[in-house]
Amino acid sequence: MSELSLERGLAALRAEIDAPVAAFFSSCVRCGLCAQSCPFYLETGDPRYTPILKLEPLRRVWEAEFTLWGRIKRWLGLGQEVSDAMLAEWEPLLYDSCTMCGRCSMVCPVGNDLAYMIRKTREGMVQSGHAPEGLVAASVRAIQTGSPMGLQWKTLAVQIQHVERSTGLTVPVDRAGAEYLVMLSSMEIINFPEYLEAITRIFDHAGVRWTLSTQCFEATNAGIQIGSKDIAAELVERVVAAASALGVSRVISPECGHAFTAIRWEGPNLIGRPYPFRVFHIIEVLDELRRDGRLHTEGKEADRLSMHDPCNLARKSGVIGEQRALMGLVAENFVDLDEHGRFQWCCGAGGGVSSNERAEPLKLAAFKRKKAQIEAVEPERMVTMCATCRTQLEEGLEEFNMDIPVVGLTEMIAEHLVERPAVEPEAGTESGQPA
Amino acid sequence: MAASQTLAEQLRAQGVSRRGFLKFCAATASLMALPPSLIPRIAEALEAARRPSVIWLSFQECTGCTESLTRSHAPTLEGLIFEAISLDYHHTLQAASGEAAEAARLQAMRDNAGAYLVVVDGSIPGPEANPGYSTVAGHSNHAILMETVEHAAAVIAVGTCAAFGGLPRAAPNPTGARAVMELVHDKPIVNISGCPPIPMAITGVLAHYLTFGRLPELDAYRRPLAFFGESIHDRCYRRPFYDRGLFAESFDDEGARQGWCLYRLGCKGPTTYNACATQRWNGGTSWPIEAGHPCLGCSEPAFWDAGGFYRAVSVPPRVNAAALLGAGAAGAALGAGTALAARHLTRDEQQHREPVTVEELEKKL
Amino acid sequence: MNGAMEFLLWTKGPMFQIALGIFAVGMLARLFEILLLGRATNHAEARAGEWLPGLRTVFTRTIPDPGTFRRAPFDVLVGWVWHLGFIIVLLLSVPHVELIAGVFGVSWPALPNPVIDLLTAITLAGLVAALLHRLLHPVKRRISIPQDYLVWALTFAVVLTGYLAYHRLVEPYPLALGMHILSAELLLICLPFTKLTHIFTTVFARWYNGAAFGRKGVRS
Ligand code: HEM
Ligand code: SF4
Ligand code: SF4
Ligand code: SF4
Ligand code: SF4
Repeated sequence: MSELSLERGLAALRAEIDAPVAAFFSSCVRCGLCAQSCPFYLETGDPRYTPILKLEPLRRVWEAEFTLWGRIKRWLGLGQEVSDAMLAEWEPLLYDSCTMCGRCSMVCPVGNDLAYMIRKTREGMVQSGHAPEGLVAASVRAIQTGSPMGLQWKTLAVQIQHVERSTGLTVPVDRAGAEYLVMLSSMEIINFPEYLEAITRIFDHAGVRWTLSTQCFEATNAGIQIGSKDIAAELVERVVAAASALGVSRVISPECGHAFTAIRWEGPNLIGRPYPFRVFHIIEVLDELRRDGRLHTEGKEADRLSMHDPCNLARKSGVIGEQRALMGLVAENFVDLDEHGRFQWCCGAGGGVSSNERAEPLKLAAFKRKKAQIEAVEPERMVTMCATCRTQLEEGLEEFNMDIPVVGLTEMIAEHLVERPAVEPEAGTESGQPA
Repeated sequence: MAASQTLAEQLRAQGVSRRGFLKFCAATASLMALPPSLIPRIAEALEAARRPSVIWLSFQECTGCTESLTRSHAPTLEGLIFEAISLDYHHTLQAASGEAAEAARLQAMRDNAGAYLVVVDGSIPGPEANPGYSTVAGHSNHAILMETVEHAAAVIAVGTCAAFGGLPRAAPNPTGARAVMELVHDKPIVNISGCPPIPMAITGVLAHYLTFGRLPELDAYRRPLAFFGESIHDRCYRRPFYDRGLFAESFDDEGARQGWCLYRLGCKGPTTYNACATQRWNGGTSWPIEAGHPCLGCSEPAFWDAGGFYRAVSVPPRVNAAALLGAGAAGAALGAGTALAARHLTRDEQQHREPVTVEELEKKL
Repeated sequence: MNGAMEFLLWTKGPMFQIALGIFAVGMLARLFEILLLGRATNHAEARAGEWLPGLRTVFTRTIPDPGTFRRAPFDVLVGWVWHLGFIIVLLLSVPHVELIAGVFGVSWPALPNPVIDLLTAITLAGLVAALLHRLLHPVKRRISIPQDYLVWALTFAVVLTGYLAYHRLVEPYPLALGMHILSAELLLICLPFTKLTHIFTTVFARWYNGAAFGRKGVRS
């Protein structure tokens, strides 16, 4: 049987090189400013974590094969080769010390989109067999079980029962012709069951026709994190198949940053065709409901709240105003962190870092940036909208003995909904108990 | 001519007073930038000096150099110098002609072998050029030059043509014109460049030779430092305008009327070494920049080919637009080739691409 | 004859042509090898267009975000100072305006020499500071390759020789000016083959960045 190899890795890197990559490498002046934007460098002070340095394997392939000058150099024996040993050395740089948060892409003075290139370089790492064990395991589980944590529908079904019991509402499952297909993340299901309850309430309140799918409930994409188109495409296809089967026109990505970018921005390119539906983050949907006057809330949180923007949602997907508008609905003492929105700081756990046990110390180091930001604002609670960020914030704050609870924005909205006489959103068929 | 008379005897015979003579010595000293304390020594040396024999060869030239030297105003140093040397051969100035003239040259060479000076104006078609391009009495310039300098004490190349090739040597140099110093390698040579050169520079060098019996200190182009030690720009009275950035931009604009710097009108003063700014022309009347015209750089090598007279020093002579376009097109083709080759390779590889499978990944666990 | 004047004429004549030629070949090769690679079609539903955000970023990236400025004020200020000095001296000093007018036939007003001279001195100081920073800052030292020092030296040489020529600190002047023009030509020759290409490719890099983010509704 075939095996991952250096040759396949190099071919994968070559396949990733396009005009932007060539323009980026041609433009780098080695000013080092990208380091000043990366939490991993800033919090460790180790210059190895300079973003552009993490891309050296891709840069070498580009120079040697995509430039006339590089070809001449190679012909003269002056070229720099990419070896297996080099890739092994770079593995921790590309996975453990980068969350693909994209902050460096905002700061590089010549405009290099470094995170774009990190994502591409990971393709070569996977094909050459240099991906971290934690991510390899998550990818295998995702393909084999449908969830990177090995979670099954059974677990979700139990949770649905809980939700239905506590809300008295029905969680629609496999309802063909619904407008929205709601996708979840295993992390949410395990760590934050209140999320499902919250959307059940909100959608009931706003009269949204939605459904879950037994065919596919998981929207996180380990393939994107490890950096394999093949794995990622297969996972996306599952979502597309489920959505198509139910004929929904809109798919809602879970409160998970990378799941959103995976399905929203990369998905159609992974499968090589546009979707027959549109994709939204739950925050976008909630804000749309707010704008349409379909969210009626009462009362506001009185304590000092601040917010962590997930990189994937804010900087990498342009959802920045929406969560603030929603906060305005339910909080009266909200203050933003100093650098937020497109210039927010990563929590330190994204991009597969949280699935990669080896990266644990770095993950905590990178969190110190967030911690400092939080300390500067001194909120009583933090609000966020990504299960990975939320877990990282909780664990990090606990590690540093900071007593600041972290809450999800969707839950907070749900808590402030005006109790209304239950208006049936749609009459009749209220089935919800799949096999 | 009485080549054996000393200069002092000669001058006295001409009715030049002792006072006049000392004035001449002082003028020589100042001309050559020597300290006044040397004046008595100069006088002493000159009084004892013998009139050297001078053979003046004119080749591919326009006679401007000779004009420059002779259009002087009496009584002048130039005049005095002419008295002080024994000009045994000069096409334009000598009375003899034809065979007699040539005989005079050979005679002088024989009589003063090893001691005579050769002054050259005009450039010379080089040995590889057609000798017929320029001849005197049926002999090529090159042959005459080589024959004449053989027993000379020193050679003085007067004018840019002789010093650097000048106008005849301008591209495409149809006659294969060369400078004296390119042809004569075993004799002391002084270049007194300029088109034409400043007369005082010629006489100054001769006076120095008479006084000290040797040639003055020279620059890298063998030009006497006393006259060519500083650039026009460094001594130009318009320099303050340059330093303040005030330039004439056409010959009749306000700047031109205000006497501002002529850099933008193509002044070559910055790259030109000559004494115009201090010695001036026509008996000290004026000089080109004072007359409102940029310096052409006439005392520099290749001044005809150094770019337009009216284009600034910084402007390269000519850019070959066609060649440049060709180079650009070649570059575009090379770049396109590189990109397409790389694309071709990746496309091929993609066709045989092996997708990452779970089985492969599992092996890594 | 090969004195200072011939050297100057060589730098102004044949060498200038050679430098321009190599530059033209190299730079066009560079641009074509980059741009012809193209981009894959993007099937994801766009939130906004690409062109305007791309163009926006081409300009806005010149000014860093406040956070970056606070974290790296030295980089930003020194970079700005010497880049601006360099560009102004290159484009607005009298000899260069004449050069551009002479070669390309377009011209614009020039700045007075004393102003240019002051900017030159500032540029030189900025370049020295940039070099020191590169040698001393751990990140810069770690990511620097020999080429970075070569490019610095070439850039510094051009400005320094210009300064030496203007102040006539090297005699004879044609030698000084020839050195200046030659260093400018070496810079031109090396431009397509070193990081100096950023002079031309930054526009594309920024555009691609701005377009990619802009498509997702983010100002980058
Ligand atoms: C990258 C290109 C160049 C840069 C950065 C540059 C920079 C400079 C600088 C800093 C000065 C000194 C200004 C002062 O101190 O006042 C100068 C002067 C000068 N440059 Fe350039 N230069 C460049 C290219 C050229 C080229 C290609 C030429 C001519 C072909 C040229 C011709 C001159 C001249 C003639 C001067 C005036 C010197 C003087 O005033 O004596 N430069 N340049
Ligand atoms: S900030 Fe940009 S130009 Fe500077 S070193 Fe990083 S990638 Fe290169
Ligand atoms: S994407 Fe984020 S974590 Fe990765 S190198 Fe850039 S700044 Fe660092
Ligand atoms: S240097 Fe000038 S003046 Fe003298 S001969 Fe040549 S062209 Fe005539
Ligand atoms: S006129 Fe010519 S020599 Fe005089 S200062 Fe201007 S450039 Fe220099």
